[in-house]
Amino acid sequence: MTAYIIRRMFTGIIMLIVMSMVTFLLFFSSPVNPEDFACGKNCSPALKAQTKKALGYDEPVTTQWVKFAKGVFVGRDFPDDPALKESAPETIAECPAPCLGYSRTTNSTVTEQIKEAWPISLSLAITAFFMWMIGGIVFGVIAALRRGSIIDRGIVGASLVFYAFPTFFIGLFLYKFLAIKWEIVKIPEYVPISEGGVSVWFQGLLLPAFTLSLVYMAGYVRMTRAFVLESMGEDYLRTAKSKGLAPRKVLYKHSMRAALTPLVTMAGLDLAGLMGGAIITEQVFNYPGLGKLAVTATRNFDLPLVVGIVLVLAAVVIVANLVVDLLYAVIDPRVRVG
Amino acid sequence: MTSQAPLLSVKDLKVHFPTQDGIVKATDGLSFDLESGKTLGIVGESGSGKSVSSSAILGLHRGTSAKVSGEIVLNDTDLLTISDEQMRRRRGKNVAMIFQDPLSAMHPYYTVGNQIMEAYLVHNKVSKREAKTRAIEMLDRVGIPQPDRRVNDYPHQFSGGMRQRAMIAMGLINNPGLLIADEPTTALDVTVQAQILDLLQDLQREFNAAIIIITHDLGVIAEMADDVLVMYAGRAVEYGPCKEILTHPEMPYTWGLLSSVPDVTGDTDARLIPIPGLPPSLLNPPSGCAFHPRCTHKDKVKGNLCKTEMPELLPGNRGPEHTKRCHLADPEQIYFTEILPEIAPDLVEEFAEVNPDGSVGDAEPVRSSDAAAEAEEKKI
Amino acid sequence: MTDQTVTSDSGSAKSAEQSSEFAASRLAGGDGRDAILEVENLRMYFPVKSSGVIRRTVGHVQAVDGVSFQVPAGGALGLVGESGCGKSTTGRLITRLYQPTGGKIMFEGKDIAGLSPKKLMPLRRDIQMIFQDPYTSLNPRHTVGAIVGAPLLIHNVVPKKKVLPRVQELLEVVGLNPEHYNRYPNEFSGGQRQRIGIARALTLQPKLLVADEPVSALDVSIQAQVVNLLQDLQREFDISFLFIAHDLAVVRHFCPEVAVMYLGKIVEIADRETLYNHPQHPYTQALLSAVPDVKQAAIGGRRERIRLEGDVPSPINPPSGCRFRTRCPLAQEICAKQEPPLLQIGERHKVACHFAGEIGQHPTKPVTARLLGIDDQGNPDPGATPDPNAVEQPGFADTWYDVQGGHLGAKA
Ligand SMILES: Nc1ncnc2c1ncn2[C@@H]1O[C@H](COP(=O)(O)OP(=O)(O)OP(=O)(O)O)[C@@H](O)[C@H]1O
Ligand SMILES: Nc1ncnc2c1ncn2[C@@H]1O[C@H](COP(=O)(O)OP(=O)(O)OP(=O)(O)O)[C@@H](O)[C@H]1O
Ligand code: SF4
Ligand code: SF4
Ligand SMILES: [Mg+2]
Ligand SMILES: [Mg+2]
Repeated sequence: MTAYIIRRMFTGIIMLIVMSMVTFLLFFSSPVNPEDFACGKNCSPALKAQTKKALGYDEPVTTQWVKFAKGVFVGRDFPDDPALKESAPETIAECPAPCLGYSRTTNSTVTEQIKEAWPISLSLAITAFFMWMIGGIVFGVIAALRRGSIIDRGIVGASLVFYAFPTFFIGLFLYKFLAIKWEIVKIPEYVPISEGGVSVWFQGLLLPAFTLSLVYMAGYVRMTRAFVLESMGEDYLRTAKSKGLAPRKVLYKHSMRAALTPLVTMAGLDLAGLMGGAIITEQVFNYPGLGKLAVTATRNFDLPLVVGIVLVLAAVVIVANLVVDLLYAVIDPRVRVG
Repeated sequence: MTSQAPLLSVKDLKVHFPTQDGIVKATDGLSFDLESGKTLGIVGESGSGKSVSSSAILGLHRGTSAKVSGEIVLNDTDLLTISDEQMRRRRGKNVAMIFQDPLSAMHPYYTVGNQIMEAYLVHNKVSKREAKTRAIEMLDRVGIPQPDRRVNDYPHQFSGGMRQRAMIAMGLINNPGLLIADEPTTALDVTVQAQILDLLQDLQREFNAAIIIITHDLGVIAEMADDVLVMYAGRAVEYGPCKEILTHPEMPYTWGLLSSVPDVTGDTDARLIPIPGLPPSLLNPPSGCAFHPRCTHKDKVKGNLCKTEMPELLPGNRGPEHTKRCHLADPEQIYFTEILPEIAPDLVEEFAEVNPDGSVGDAEPVRSSDAAAEAEEKKI
Repeated sequence: MTDQTVTSDSGSAKSAEQSSEFAASRLAGGDGRDAILEVENLRMYFPVKSSGVIRRTVGHVQAVDGVSFQVPAGGALGLVGESGCGKSTTGRLITRLYQPTGGKIMFEGKDIAGLSPKKLMPLRRDIQMIFQDPYTSLNPRHTVGAIVGAPLLIHNVVPKKKVLPRVQELLEVVGLNPEHYNRYPNEFSGGQRQRIGIARALTLQPKLLVADEPVSALDVSIQAQVVNLLQDLQREFDISFLFIAHDLAVVRHFCPEVAVMYLGKIVEIADRETLYNHPQHPYTQALLSAVPDVKQAAIGGRRERIRLEGDVPSPINPPSGCRFRTRCPLAQEICAKQEPPLLQIGERHKVACHFAGEIGQHPTKPVTARLLGIDDQGNPDPGATPDPNAVEQPGFADTWYDVQGGHLGAKA
């Protein structure tokens, strides 16, 4: 088992390295010059060259990448100029050890920016996750049990509708009516638990999280329904029934266990994807999470920030993948590694 | 048969599935009796309704769209009239079932022990620990080595034969009066099949259970069953004591089953006689005798009777215990002159000497036609 | 039988002399019938990977381990044995779906074991395979015509225009309606699908057909149709068969010669009369006694079953010496130490057991000891010279070792 985890982590690290390289290459092969953005509106060619040098964009891509990689482990200074550090330490920005770069557009280190944004994204993702899992499974199981009835058709139909509607539409709709017009819920706003307590934190999250969960919930309703129905046709369910088990026990112990296992895999990965995937929701509700940060960074051609976010999200997905696989081995005895 | 009421008595059982294309008559009027300690073998090709009928005894069609009618009397109770809850309490306690594929019949995520214990716990007020002790005892009884350790294994860690043993342990843990084994050895190798069949026979002797064994292998029937019921298109087409049916089959479909499979001791130059055509559709069963499109003997029946009239399940010339659904007047003569000499010429003599009660020799008139003739003579 | 009695004082000059005589006759080769396929010491090891950081090969599934046999031209050899004993693997090796780990596969005198895929191409026409499962072995998205005609196009044997007539001809041969070439496999029953599989295998007029459990997935009433069809085809087109099945009765019906496999090895091979009536290997005896027999049971003549205890051991770690010894009721010390050679003990009968003999007549002393140059406990006997001919050969020799008499036998 340990060997398995080590092997997986090893491949994960390699993947991260490759991803950072690919992001660098993609970025530099684009026709836009990032220094144009950093230099500002009234920019002379000389100033531009100077900015380019200051940002380090004059160096070959490989050198830039090596410096970046080094920064991740030992930290670095911006600009990396020992002479300048001697003479004018105040112009130097220090970026300590897990240094993902320095963003000139916001004048702070990437690590700091991400640190600020991730609790927001995580709050959103986790709240949405619970909403959609509970809703998805409950409605899915109900639909499966009442297969073919009006209830079933209603649930399946509704899930189709929510699946098809764009998130921004549902988001704006809920925002306009529930929060502004009818004032049923508070106007969404992120308040850290440390400041307002769990209740305020949750109230602020309610609407965006619900919006985000709807589309996933729709998918999970249908998957749960399909898995439960599938497991009900299995031979071992017939065995369970022929033992004389009560129908509830047959459902909860035998059918659900088999039906929900594949959901674990998907749920874990969806949760990880949600960390950065909530771009539209964060835009609609003006939530300064990772998704919004990523959009801003791309718009401003802020290479360090883009690379940083990409890597952090990739790492989350890789870890989630590993966790899901380990979890799967716990749930399904057949895949336990010797 | 003794005068005392049988353990299980099925009368005119019908299981119909309404589908979009029409009603599938999977079982259509099945009747048989079974006593404690006896074994009934049900044979027939795929789709003839063997599994559907036996599932009906466990009430497994409850809650589905299937229409079940008739009578299934077990221990003097008609199982078709009791409530779902009463039926549930009998499942696993009075009737148990083991299935064809022991891997898919066990839940992959729970240990073998857990699943056996469960069967005990539903019907007995005991602690988990006691249930586990009992499960280990049963595993030991069915011949699983080191049962106290293997009880914690998952089904995939067992071999095919061990899984089927575990299923038997699960089935017999509550000492049920009736055990239904639906193709218990089809998925297994011959040597393992032999082990399982031996085990079933030993356990039957020990627990005095009645067994219904479903199979398409007449060899298994020959070794296990006291009575045989041959099914075709949802109906019994021949029913009687095992030895009698195997030595004096009277229905062309049974002949087909016997002559289409080679025998390990048979004549290798003999050609297999396949049953021509395909199994019938249960949506639109053929008119008259359901077997007539595939029957090579229908010309021997006068008129167009085979196509127009369904034969009843009636005794032939061999006594009341041997019934068959066929219009042929003297099937025995055809079997002994046309079929048996083709498939096993060496056995004609021996088979002819078997009497309806299973004894050998000519204490009773051997040939029923002779017997009939004699009776005729006496009358005159 | 000759009177060249082998004296029991092993290692004497006389017996050595006879051994070489034995060898000479063996080299003279079989009984004159040509073998279309000759397999010698065929092995297939599948690597087993560890679950460590670096996935090393930690062992091998010895799926087929030193198998030798012949398939006579126009004849049929049956291969029986329990699940997992390596029957399908053997079949797949011969059709070269797998690359053998070792050994020779002589097809019409040419070793095809090491041929490259390109060089194999023409041979693929001559060796075809029929698979067990008629439901999964046909592509559901192709019409029957496309499935049966594909080999014709791949091998470019007939002009495009002639493909359809040829397909229809083949469908007719296997008893299907030739007009149905446009249908899809799911429109056919199991037995009909198996016929389609057979038609596909026949397309290129193969000389050898490897039939891997061709009837196991079919309903009893349909099996006979397919078996009869295969028999007719064999007669009509003079096709040789390697017929793999676990159903001993079907194999006996189809194959004049039968080999019994256990855990990757052939333990007994003989013509069917000998094998089924006078088996000499304890495993064959147990296997045969386990087969339910309708007709015998009907008249109360059920044979006594030999109960085998336990399960087949893992092919990753097979038992030392004789692989059957963990379940063999006769196993002795020598069985763990020495692997019994597949010894010819009759005109067309070979068996791999130290105590070969008919039921109830197994000898008390190992019959193989002298040939292997060991004593009765399986330890090396310095006074004995092993017989160099006690190695496995694909075919049958004109002289053999008579177990009961303890001397050489020969064709009358
Ligand atoms: N739920 C159902 N709805 C409609 N038809 C059904 C249903 N269950 C079974 N049948 C049909 O009933 C017939 C009898 O099925 P059954 O499973 O009893 O056959 P069997 O004799 O056990 O065959 P096998 O040897 O293949 O197990 C089949 O034709 C099957 O298609
Ligand atoms: N591709 C493979 N990789 C690893 N092991 C394999 C592979 N194919 C077969 N084996 C193993 O080799 C052994 C022989 O398998 P094979 O399929 O030849 O058995 P068989 O005699 O045909 O059995 P059956 O009657 O179940 O078809 C088995 O233990 C099997 O698990
Ligand atoms: S009734 Fe007629 S068709 Fe049916 S089995 Fe008898 S002879 Fe054949
Ligand atoms: S060699 Fe020994 S173990 Fe193997 S079959 Fe013969 S007696 Fe049994
Ligand atoms: Mg069935
Ligand atoms: Mg196989």
